Amino acid sequence: MLGSSVEIRNVDKFFGDFQALDKVNLQIKRGEFFSLLGPSGCGKTTLLRIIAGLEYPDSGDVLFDGISVVSIPANKREANTIFQNYALFPHLTVFENIAFSLRLKKMSENEIREKVEKLINLVRLEGQENKKPIQLSGGQRQRVAIARALANEPKVLLLDEPVSALDAKLRQELLLELDNLHDQVGITFIYVTHDQAEAISVSDHVAVMNNGRIVQIGTPYEIYESPADRFVATFIGETNLMKAEVVDVNDEFIRVIAKGLGEFSCYKDKEVSKGDKILLTLRPEKIKISTKPLEGINSFHGVVEEEIYMGYQTKYFVRLDEGYILKIYKQHVNYLLDEKIIHWKDEVFVTWNPNDSFIVEVEKG
Amino acid sequence: MKYITAYTLWLVVFFVIPLIIILSFSFLEKTPYGGVNFSFSLEGYKSLLTIGYLRILWRTVWISIISTFITIIFALPTAYYIAKSKFKNFLLLLVVIPFWTNSLIRIYAWIFVLGNNGIINQFLKLIGLVDSHIQFLYNPWAVILVIVYTYLPYAIIPLYAAIERLDNSIFEAALDLGCSKRKAFFKVLIPNIKAGLVASIIFVLIPAMGSYAIPDLVGGVNSKMIGNEIARQLTTAKNWPAASAISSILTLITLLGVIIFVKSSKKEVLN
Ligand SMILES: Nc1ncnc2c1ncn2[C@@H]1O[C@H](COP(=O)(O)OP(=O)(O)OP(=O)(O)O)[C@@H](O)[C@H]1O
Ligand SMILES: [Mg+2]
Repeated sequence: MLGSSVEIRNVDKFFGDFQALDKVNLQIKRGEFFSLLGPSGCGKTTLLRIIAGLEYPDSGDVLFDGISVVSIPANKREANTIFQNYALFPHLTVFENIAFSLRLKKMSENEIREKVEKLINLVRLEGQENKKPIQLSGGQRQRVAIARALANEPKVLLLDEPVSALDAKLRQELLLELDNLHDQVGITFIYVTHDQAEAISVSDHVAVMNNGRIVQIGTPYEIYESPADRFVATFIGETNLMKAEVVDVNDEFIRVIAKGLGEFSCYKDKEVSKGDKILLTLRPEKIKISTKPLEGINSFHGVVEEEIYMGYQTKYFVRLDEGYILKIYKQHVNYLLDEKIIHWKDEVFVTWNPNDSFIVEVEKG
Repeated sequence: MKYITAYTLWLVVFFVIPLIIILSFSFLEKTPYGGVNFSFSLEGYKSLLTIGYLRILWRTVWISIISTFITIIFALPTAYYIAKSKFKNFLLLLVVIPFWTNSLIRIYAWIFVLGNNGIINQFLKLIGLVDSHIQFLYNPWAVILVIVYTYLPYAIIPLYAAIERLDNSIFEAALDLGCSKRKAFFKVLIPNIKAGLVASIIFVLIPAMGSYAIPDLVGGVNSKMIGNEIARQLTTAKNWPAASAISSILTLITLLGVIIFVKSSKKEVLN
C-alpha cells in the first residue's frame, strides 16, 4: 500500500453563523504520520470529516496527490476513517465488520477470508472473529475499527482520537502499535487528538489548532521547543510564562526586567528593541534547582512553596524573592546520590540557560 | 416486581378472562334473541365453513398484509427523516396530533374527501376532468387507504425510536467504506432497527386484522372484513356462538402469524 499526499487549501467551514474552520492550510506528505492537535471544539473532527468527504467545505479545496477531491463523495474517496467512537456495525461479527468493504467490492469468498485473516493477524485479534462488537473490550474494538478501515486499502487513514476512550496504560500500548502499524502499511496517517503527549510522541509533523485556525505546524520538537505563541506554549506541555520589558539588546541576547523576578538574560529569537514588552516561555525541566548557590547568568533565590512527588521526577513551585512563582521539574537520576533532596519550605537557588527561554509575544514599546 | 404483578393482574382481568369467555361461548348453543344456552355445540364453527366466510377471511388477511406493507413503506422514511431532523419534537407532535380526534370522525372525514360529492370529485368536476364523479370509496383499496392512514403513526413511532437510538456514525462508516446511501440503508440501517421494524409491523397488522369501523364505513358490501362479520353475527343475526367462533379463529390466526413472524425475524437477527 502507498499513501497519498494531502493538501488543504484555504478551507472555511461554517455551521450557521459559527465558523468552525477559518482559512485552514495544510500540506501533508505522502506516508507521513501527521497529527492535528488542539483543545476540544477547535474543529479537528470537522477538518477530518472534510478530508473524509463526510462534510463539505464552504470554500477552499482538498487535494489528494495534487488532485482536488472535494467533488468526490466519501464512498469513492481513497481515505478511510477510524471514528471517535469506532462506529462498528453492531449487527455484524468482527469478521464481517472487517469484510464489509470487501463484500461491497464483490470479492470471492476465498479472497475475503484470506484478506480478513491477514488483517486480523496484523491487529492481533486472533480468536475474536465471531464475536459481536458488544462482546469486545474498548481496545479490541479499536483494533477492529483499524482493520476494517485498512481492509478498504485506503491511501489515507484518518484517525479521530482513536485511543482517547481507553485507560492510560492501554492508550500508551495502542499508540505504540499504531506507530508500528504505520511503519508496516506505509500509508498516510492523519491523527486527531487533544492530547499533546500523544501527538508529540508518534507524529512526524503536528499542526496545532485553536478556534478553527492552524496556529503552528512543525515537528514535535519544534512545537515543543519553540512554540509560536502563548497558546501553543501553554497547550503543549507545561511552561512558565513571564512578562518582561526589554532593557538592553545585544547581537544574540537581550537583557530583560520582569515583575516578580528581576533582571535576567535571554536568547533573542525574535526581533525586539529596547522598551518592548515581551512574553517569555521557559519549560520547567530546563531550570536547575539546588540548595547550594548555582553558577550562571540567570540565578535566583527562593523558597519551595509546594512539592509534588511524581516518581520519576518531582515538581517544585518555588517562590522567588521578588514574588514570581516558578514551576520546576527535577528528574530523579540517581537515588539519594544526586545531592540533598529538596523539600517543602527549603531555601533554594535556581538558574537557567538564557538559550532555554523563548519569546512568544512582542508588544512594541 | 410490584409493577409486574399489577400488569399481570391487568392482563388477566382485561385480556385472559374475556378471551376465555369468548372461547367458551363459541362452543355453546345459540338462543334466538342473542345470548347463549349453556349446552355444548359446534354449530358456531360449522356456520363458518362456507365459501362466503372463507372469502371474507382471505380478504381480511390480504387487505391487512398489503396495508401493513404500505404503511411500513411510508413509515420508514418518515421515521428516518424525523429522527435526523432538528425539529424532531415538533414533527413527532404532528405525527400524534390525529390521535386527538376521534377515529370515527377521521374515517368520516375520508368520506367527505373521497365521496362521490367529496372534495376531490368536486375539484375534478370543476376543472372539467370528469363529467359526474369517480368512484373512490366502497372498494378494498379505500379500506387499505384508510387503514394506512389510521395506523401510520403506530408504525412511525417504534421505527423512530429505533432509528433515533442508532448511532449516526455507523451510517457514516458505511458510506466511508464504500456504500452508496441506498446500500447503507439496506445493509446497515435495516438490520440495526429490526426490533423496531418488528414492533411496527405487529402494531399495524394486528389492528388491521381486526378492522371493523373502516371497512364498515368506506368498504361497501364487497370489502367486508371479519370484524364486520363478527358484528353482524352479534347484532342482526343474534348468533353469539358464531360471533365468538369467528373471533376465536381471528385471534388464533393473528396469534399464529405474529408468533411465526417474530420467531423468524429473531432467527435472522441471530445469524
Ligand atoms: N453539525 C454541526 N452543527 C453545528 N455545529 C457543529 C457541528 N459539528 C461541529 N460543530 C461545532 O464546530 C466546532 C468544532 O467541532 P469539532 O467536532 O470539529 O471539534 P473537535 O475539535 O473535534 O472537538 P473534540 O476534541 O471535542 O472532539 C464545535 O464548536 C462544534 O460545536
Ligand atoms: Mg472531535
